[in-house]
Amino acid sequence: MHGFANPARFLRIARALTAPLLAAGLVLAAAALVYGLFYAPAERLQGDTVRILFIHVPAAWLGMAGWSGIAVASFVEIVWRHPLAGIAARACAGPGAFFAALCLVSGSLWGRPAWGTWWVWDGRLTSMLVLLFLYFGYMALAGATSREGGSGRIVAIFGLVGAINIPIIHYSVIWWNSLHQPPSLGMGGSAMAGPFLGGLLVSTLGFTLIFGGVVLARMRALLAEIQAEARLRRKAFEG
Amino acid sequence: MSTRLAPKHQRLVLLAIALVVLIAAALIAAWGLRSQASYFYVPSDLIAKPPAPGQAIRLGGMVQKGSLKTDADGVTIHFMVGDGKAHVPVSYSGIVPDLFTEGSGVVAEGRLAPGGTFVADNLLAKHDENYVPRELKDMTEAQKQAAVQETTK
Repeated sequence: MHGFANPARFLRIARALTAPLLAAGLVLAAAALVYGLFYAPAERLQGDTVRILFIHVPAAWLGMAGWSGIAVASFVEIVWRHPLAGIAARACAGPGAFFAALCLVSGSLWGRPAWGTWWVWDGRLTSMLVLLFLYFGYMALAGATSREGGSGRIVAIFGLVGAINIPIIHYSVIWWNSLHQPPSLGMGGSAMAGPFLGGLLVSTLGFTLIFGGVVLARMRALLAEIQAEARLRRKAFEG
Repeated sequence: MSTRLAPKHQRLVLLAIALVVLIAAALIAAWGLRSQASYFYVPSDLIAKPPAPGQAIRLGGMVQKGSLKTDADGVTIHFMVGDGKAHVPVSYSGIVPDLFTEGSGVVAEGRLAPGGTFVADNLLAKHDENYVPRELKDMTEAQKQAAVQETTK
């Protein structure tokens, strides 16, 4: 893993990967959304509102995957002091927060016609909202330490402790009675008919590739910022 | 211990212990919340531990097939909510959500009346985890079986 510790080598790989990831992701996500909006069948009970599925589920998955990425990178940062881990964790926060918010908004729009309410305080919805607030807290803390020069380890510890919410989100619909339905997809199989499942998998793959491309681009931007700052500091000392 | 651990191994062990403690704390909290964090009671909870009369609660379960009746006024409905073990009669007057049908999930907000009927002032439909295209409704039973087999494999 320390092969990537050399920022020059990482930057070379990241530069080569960013554009293809974004392009492939955009094509797949766009195709899945067109399919979902115009070609997928209406659902037996939900009717046309089922089409929100093709945005809502990938957004929920990436909102949770974003924080899982923060947690893994924070762990690597604390234990191995890997120079890129902290940057990777910070790069996941923005896109993760965006998808968590998209999940909440799309779910709310679906809830009004399907359930008869925009919002309820059940286990799943509440824990997802907590995730969005954790992202805000993480971004504020990371911003403050980079501006005011605190220890990055505090940010990493926050990233690790916040990860406890991820299994809570997942199991909230299993542990507690909730208005939100239990998962349709599991290791064992799918309770979703083929026309929905296929489109959903393509859309999830597409949005995930976009997420990966954005994280790489943000890591490059953060590295460039650090380099520029170091250069300025050196100049100030010399001058 | 005669040999000292390398600093990175010390950090690894410390962090592993911290994570185990954190996960244990979260599990204990989730266990403690198991009844409070539920969004609704099911009919067997209601019968095992009846709430105080007039106390506002939520009741969730399946609308039993063949139990849905509409009064002469056209807006008051009566139906049975069951969880497979027990069932409770519910009455409600107002507009029902789109997904509200017999054989599907519902969450009713209201209170238990003295007669044992649950009087709801709000109904929420609950969707289950099954996603079935509308066309399946018009298939024969055998075709439906085949399609369902295919999706639940």
